[in-house]
Amino acid sequence: MAAGVAAWLPFARAAAIGWMPVANLPMPVAPTEKNKKQDELIVLNVSGRRFQTWKNTLDRYPDTLLGSSEKEFFYNEETKEYFFDRDPDVFRSVLNFYRTGKLHYPRYECILSYDEELAFFGIVPEIIGDCCYEEYKDRKRENAERLMDDQEDNKDSKLPNMTFRETMWRAFENPQTSTMALVFYYVTGFFIAVSVMTNVVETVPCGSVPNQKEVPCGERYTVAFFCMDTACVMIFTVEYLMRLYAAPNRYRFMRSVMSIIDVVAILPYYIGLVMTDNEDVSGAFVTLRVFRVFRIFKFSRHSQGLRILGYTLKSCASELGFLLFSLTMAIIIFATVMFYAEKGSSSSKFTSIPASFWYTIVTMTTLGYGDMVPKTIAGKIFGSICSLSGVLVIALPVPVIVSNFSRIYHQNQRADKRRAQKKARLARIRLTKTESSSAFLHSKRNGLFNESSTKEEQHLGKSSSLLESQHHHLLHCLEKTTVRDLKIVIHVLAIVVQAPSLFFFFAVVVLQINTIRLCSSPFILTRVCNKLSHLDIRMTQG
Amino acid sequence: MAGCTRRCKQGLIKFALTLHKLLTGTLSKDNADDDFEMTVVCHRPEGLDKLEAQTNFNKRELQVLYRGFKNECPSGAVNEDTFKQIYSQFFPHGDASTYAHYLFNAFDTGHTGSIKFEDFVTALSILLRGSVTEKLQWTFNLYDINRDGYINKEEMMDIVRAIYDMMGKFTYPVLKTDAPKQHVDAFFQKMDKNRDGVVTLDEFILSCQEDENIMRSLQLFENVI
Repeated sequence: MAAGVAAWLPFARAAAIGWMPVANLPMPVAPTEKNKKQDELIVLNVSGRRFQTWKNTLDRYPDTLLGSSEKEFFYNEETKEYFFDRDPDVFRSVLNFYRTGKLHYPRYECILSYDEELAFFGIVPEIIGDCCYEEYKDRKRENAERLMDDQEDNKDSKLPNMTFRETMWRAFENPQTSTMALVFYYVTGFFIAVSVMTNVVETVPCGSVPNQKEVPCGERYTVAFFCMDTACVMIFTVEYLMRLYAAPNRYRFMRSVMSIIDVVAILPYYIGLVMTDNEDVSGAFVTLRVFRVFRIFKFSRHSQGLRILGYTLKSCASELGFLLFSLTMAIIIFATVMFYAEKGSSSSKFTSIPASFWYTIVTMTTLGYGDMVPKTIAGKIFGSICSLSGVLVIALPVPVIVSNFSRIYHQNQRADKRRAQKKARLARIRLTKTESSSAFLHSKRNGLFNESSTKEEQHLGKSSSLLESQHHHLLHCLEKTTVRDLKIVIHVLAIVVQAPSLFFFFAVVVLQINTIRLCSSPFILTRVCNKLSHLDIRMTQG
Repeated sequence: MAGCTRRCKQGLIKFALTLHKLLTGTLSKDNADDDFEMTVVCHRPEGLDKLEAQTNFNKRELQVLYRGFKNECPSGAVNEDTFKQIYSQFFPHGDASTYAHYLFNAFDTGHTGSIKFEDFVTALSILLRGSVTEKLQWTFNLYDINRDGYINKEEMMDIVRAIYDMMGKFTYPVLKTDAPKQHVDAFFQKMDKNRDGVVTLDEFILSCQEDENIMRSLQLFENVI
């Protein structure tokens, strides 16, 4: 029953008088309201902003925090109000839910903070009204996708026991994982480029043999080009076989688009090898060479933009289909019209309707070669209408494709940026963790050397907050319980990879620290440690 | 033949108008928007003091009633559809729309097509704070669908069937098709004193006052507010 309708219950009960004379049986006893008091105002103080509402309003939903006795936990006796230390902006939506019975999702709120507030107040998000539900679901989906993306990145971390096959597959899929993979990636890219260049240069006319017409370079330096082609095909074959071996699911790999492109790229060569130099099959052989241009598609493994383009075209298949269909319709209409308009004029190039197709296409795409032009007045009129409508028909589906491409491209950019940011974020988190544990060790040392330190030192020690001291006390208790001592482990590997020079610096500093420890007072030792950067050095405990 | 030319002329005029709209660029139907503005009417009730004098409620009760009323109908008046919707929410098992229709007619004493707060509060005042005679009179009005002063068997059948509809299909024991008819026959047996096939107001009041159960049930909803 909706909340607002609850106010009409007295009316519904009163209207039940209409049943009384008709009833055959006596009526049950009405429920009495024990200690019926007046409706009172409740003050809800949410982070300083005071909301007031009737108690009845909150009682409409007894299975939420505000409607049940759970809110008594937040009652403040002195100020006679309920205090919640939560976000007042989101609380507005929550309170409006009690008032109107409809839960709205404000667009400017972060989805996670909104979910948290709803969970705190015990409201199920499913009751969000229809007006805001789509927006809510969209944002939730985006968030989940982002989480999934992050999780996928986590999977890239090296698992301890990976077989050789798995390592190879990971190296193929993600060249950043190891240097070998990177080398392989660049080598294959280079050879793809070389192969494509060879195919192109093969057809360039390359100087002329005397008393013969210009020959293309391919025919002049046949052997050289053949060797180049063979080398490239060798590399591609080896690469394909290696991928096939490493693939976790070979059948699925063979069906994937990239592997089909690989096969189509190298197959013509082998077919050409197998076939002999017959006259009748040489035509087919020449056709096969056309397929060598497919090698350029192998670049899509190397270029993300190309992959995105392919993905966009696939996702806009319906728009492309519509574009094609509408163009075909328009072409047929205009070709027919032009043919009949130009039928009258003599020596007209518009010999048949299919012949007019060419004119229509060239005009609609505003190319205008000029090899076919209408000569009659009617033809010219229809020709101009044709070119105007061509612009419209093509301009309509194009923005959809463009916006799709832009969205997917930006999504990919964002994913890459997020990955880079995550690395920086994790590094910072690690830093603060070592900071806190090093702070603990600092305080321990301060405590140990308390007897010999001056009053100022004690004050310095006490300046750390109550929270910190309690936390340190906790860690201390843990140490005493387990009869062990806490140590810090620094991520030496990270430092080594990022800055080899830093490593040497710290190694030198360690030596210095050790010498200092042997001779000087602990006071200087703590000072030196504090002066060092955040990373503490591993100290051997006695 | 004359009709044909007239239709042709009308078609031509419409075509010319459409062409005009096409050329001037206003092809959308925006005359519909103008009508929409008019339908939202706001109604305010009379003052609190006046209502207190007219009804048997005190100020606080009127305040509570008005708050609930205004919450559900911000425009200040309930039309029949909203009324049916609200009433149906109390009876989710069955179809309360027929009975709500009769109720609406009983509330809407002025036959304006919408219930304003004054009508609402007047009826509630009778039902909750009125005397027995007033309550019975109101109920008689409810049953007398065509307001002719008599309840005949068909009207009673409609009412009883509407009440049974509210129960829905899944009842125990299962509803038989002639159960309403039996109910109506029993009712007329009790109410129709002179066996003339109709029940007048006096017969109704007299018969109800004789029945203990009915008297007791009328007091049931006294403490609703």
